Amino acid sequence: MSTLDSKVPEGPIKDKWTTYKDNINLVNPANKRKIDIIVIGTGLAGGSAAATLAEQGYNVKAFCYQDSPRRAHSIAAQGGINAAKNYQGDGDSNYRLFYDTVKGGDYRSREANVYRLAEVSANIIDQCVAQGVPFARDYGGLLDNRSFGGVLVSRTFYAKGQTGQQLLLGAYSAMNRQIARGKIEMYNRHEMLDVVKVDGKARGIIARNLITGELERHSAHAVVIASGGYGNVYFLSTNAMGSNVTAAWKTHKKGAYFANPCFTQIHPTCIPRSGDYQSKLTLMSESLRNDGRIWVPKNLEDAVAIQEGKKKPTELSEDERDYYLERRYPAFGNLVPRDVASRAAKERCDAGFGVNKTGEAVYLDFKSAIERYGKEQAKIHNEENASSARIYELGKGIVEAKYGNLFQMYEKIVDENPYKTPMMIYPATHYTMGGLWVDYNLMTNIEGCYAIGEANFSDHGANRLGASALMQGLADGYFVLPYTIGDYLSNDIRTGEIATDTSEFSEAENSVKEILEKLVNTNGTKPVDYFHKKLGKIMWDKVGMSRNATGLKEAIAEIQELRADFWKDVRVPGGINEVNRELEKAGRVADFLELGELFAKDALVREESCGGHFREESVEIDGEQKGEAKRDDVNYKFVSAWEYKGVPSDAQLHKEQLIYENIELKQRSYK
Amino acid sequence: MDLTLKIWRQKDAKSTGKMVTYPISGIEGHMSFLEMMDILNDELIEKGEEPVAFDHDCREGICGMCSMFINGEAHGPDRKVTTCQLHMRMFEDGETIHIEPFRANAFPVLKDLMIDRSSFDRIQQSGGYISVNTSGNTQDANALPIPKKDADLAMDAATCIGCGACVATCKNSSAMLFVSAKVSQYALLPQGQVEAKDRVLNMVNQMDVEGFGSCTNTGACEVECPKGISIENIARMNRELMKATV
Ligand SMILES: Cc1cc2nc3c(=O)[nH]c(=O)nc-3n(C[C@H](O)[C@H](O)[C@H](O)COP(=O)(O)OP(=O)(O)OC[C@H]3O[C@@H](n4cnc5c(N)ncnc54)[C@H](O)[C@@H]3O)c2cc1C
Ligand code: SF4
Ligand code: FES
Repeated sequence: MSTLDSKVPEGPIKDKWTTYKDNINLVNPANKRKIDIIVIGTGLAGGSAAATLAEQGYNVKAFCYQDSPRRAHSIAAQGGINAAKNYQGDGDSNYRLFYDTVKGGDYRSREANVYRLAEVSANIIDQCVAQGVPFARDYGGLLDNRSFGGVLVSRTFYAKGQTGQQLLLGAYSAMNRQIARGKIEMYNRHEMLDVVKVDGKARGIIARNLITGELERHSAHAVVIASGGYGNVYFLSTNAMGSNVTAAWKTHKKGAYFANPCFTQIHPTCIPRSGDYQSKLTLMSESLRNDGRIWVPKNLEDAVAIQEGKKKPTELSEDERDYYLERRYPAFGNLVPRDVASRAAKERCDAGFGVNKTGEAVYLDFKSAIERYGKEQAKIHNEENASSARIYELGKGIVEAKYGNLFQMYEKIVDENPYKTPMMIYPATHYTMGGLWVDYNLMTNIEGCYAIGEANFSDHGANRLGASALMQGLADGYFVLPYTIGDYLSNDIRTGEIATDTSEFSEAENSVKEILEKLVNTNGTKPVDYFHKKLGKIMWDKVGMSRNATGLKEAIAEIQELRADFWKDVRVPGGINEVNRELEKAGRVADFLELGELFAKDALVREESCGGHFREESVEIDGEQKGEAKRDDVNYKFVSAWEYKGVPSDAQLHKEQLIYENIELKQRSYK
Repeated sequence: MDLTLKIWRQKDAKSTGKMVTYPISGIEGHMSFLEMMDILNDELIEKGEEPVAFDHDCREGICGMCSMFINGEAHGPDRKVTTCQLHMRMFEDGETIHIEPFRANAFPVLKDLMIDRSSFDRIQQSGGYISVNTSGNTQDANALPIPKKDADLAMDAATCIGCGACVATCKNSSAMLFVSAKVSQYALLPQGQVEAKDRVLNMVNQMDVEGFGSCTNTGACEVECPKGISIENIARMNRELMKATV
């Protein structure tokens, strides 16, 4: 049971990382040239890691399934990135960012990792600005900030509503510099389908060239998994269509522990679904909650009339509206953390107060913000007697400058003008806090196999605060992994190139081939999407925003059945040695069908409510917090790390107990 | 809605392709164009035929992967949207829709509607970066104030998603809008000045090597660009080029 060593260095938390860096083994520049590193993924985590490792002198091979590294799903992040710069002078510090992140994660993350994240956060902003990332600025030419849910300071840096895009293009440009120098070999349109172990160490991968269909062997002295999150297990999510668990799952099957699979974030502000044909859900950045007020009708009759299209939201007066977040959580109001906001929306909609046809939507209203900004602007422009139309116009200008592209996106999708009528939003799967278990060095329990970015489990506990995933991806890739991997690789300077004509590589290649052949030869009757949608529905209904033992047990049985059906009845047209989009999807769904079960099993074992994981059996019975989530620190203050044992139902649980020396555990209260 | 789709089918890069007709029914206005394609593909699979291969990933207009030429327009009839953001409400019941890949010599077709845009990557590799090491020893981000106006313009240029609609739209298959967007982003920022000359020369040179055509200022690219990249960027790049060559 005690195979989990987090390798957190000794010493006070403030000094751990510095002392660690001062004492690790280094690889001299001449020797770095003899060492190869494979990086799976070119998002913020993989892109920044590949660029930095190459710059340090290692030979990097980077892989992504898209046609260019620039298209990794990090590109879609809208809202922003946190850093403890304290530019706004509102009392921010490394400690505060650390504290907020641990608290936001409902005390289920590892202190030392999170402190290090906070510590390097300021560097990220410096680095990105030096690379030419066009962050938003104020009129004095200095960097601007906004605030995000769950915190009381303004520490989020942003680039319009396209922060992820600009940060990724920064990392991509750093990669391009190294590709041009020949230090990164870039493999676009390649999908990793297995990791190869030699003498217990990760020494390579099997990848499929998605254009020719060929299976390729690639060797290296270390393998870095930066393949993103697994939210697509729900079929509908804010992830890209190709986002998958395959790279992480295959690594898990080769021995790496999968940690906290049930910790998933359901984001409160997404565009509600409109029909069964829906293929994905679109996020409306959380930054909108800075200015938007969330409400549903106070009276059920109004809600029903709205659902039936007989009434419009603008017809309801102020006291016919229930601003339920402001009502329930006066201290944080609309800026409560995501898990809290999502559950509150579900609670209202389950009670019948939803505001669209499906009854699964709440309003996000900018009317007050437009008025407030309008009045402020009228004052600034000395327009004392401004008419209400003029005030509206001035206010709209400000709202447009802040969120214009999001409003435009909303209007394109929903065909309604959010300046005139409130937006409709509903929670959707967005981020997966769980992932491959890693130690302080970001190494999985397979030697030489690392996991960074959303693919690992490390920094966000049971709930991620807004703007902290981008921070983590870049921290891991630019500033953490490049040090920790060197310590490991210093033992490999005499190893020489790893051969690929060995039995380990052939075995891995053969097992990949077998799976692919099985998929194309099953010749059943149903397309891959049929199974993916079914899995998604089970996950959403029974392993979604709120969970209970009965539902979880049903989910496990249903997923097992669906998985068996998949392998009997899936139809994948075409062959292996060609472009075959259905085959790619089929492979990913096959892995989701396994992960989904482990996910439900993990949720079943964790009989407490924490962060995004809400167990109906574990709520406060009375007092001020009545009905709120009830955490159980006595029994569940651990990371669950699952070891693969043939099938998900046999997976074995290992526990990493979490130790809090610098933060006092408290009930999260946003009231 | 009932529609008739005429779609470019091509087995692989070496084969020649042709337009194939598919009727489709039960399409709703709220569906996205790609959701309509999903329905078609599931129908084809159920009939035992090969689905239509097309590129897509984020389905929210930001990754730049989707790339269909619809009824003679890159990303279809709507403005300032990518193919994945196009909705079926833009079409009418009974309409025939022609769907082809983005075409240009520098974008060879790989299969059906999928193209190879790696030429864009190679242009970026030739100079689309600032040579700063990721050491963590850079100066404080606020040590260098940048006028908001310049920062905003740089941001506008930086929103290019590298989709290639500008090239597909241009009768000369010129990549000027794409290249000028990157050159402009750096030209507008103080950090980009040090390497400005080499950057513009190298990127423009690589653009020619890849076989993109020259710009004759028709402005068609700007109209079809989903991100509203302005042709003022082309003018700025030409100024940069002048500066670099004198
Ligand atoms: C819509 C949206 C908005 C968001 N907004 C914010 C925000 O405002 N602030 C914030 O902090 N966070 C935000 N997040 C979260 C954040 O964007 C992600 O967690 C983060 O970008 C993940 O980065 P990554 O590098 O780990 O993975 P990704 O960017 O997802 O990259 C994964 C990479 O792995 C590759 N890959 C995957 N599988 C394979 C395989 N089998 N073989 C080869 N390659 C593979 C892919 O090609 C890709 O290159 C948002 C997320 C979404 C979805
Ligand atoms: S300039 Fe516009 S059309 Fe051209 S690649 Fe960029 S976003 Fe696409
Ligand atoms: S699929 Fe990403 S822009 Fe269309």
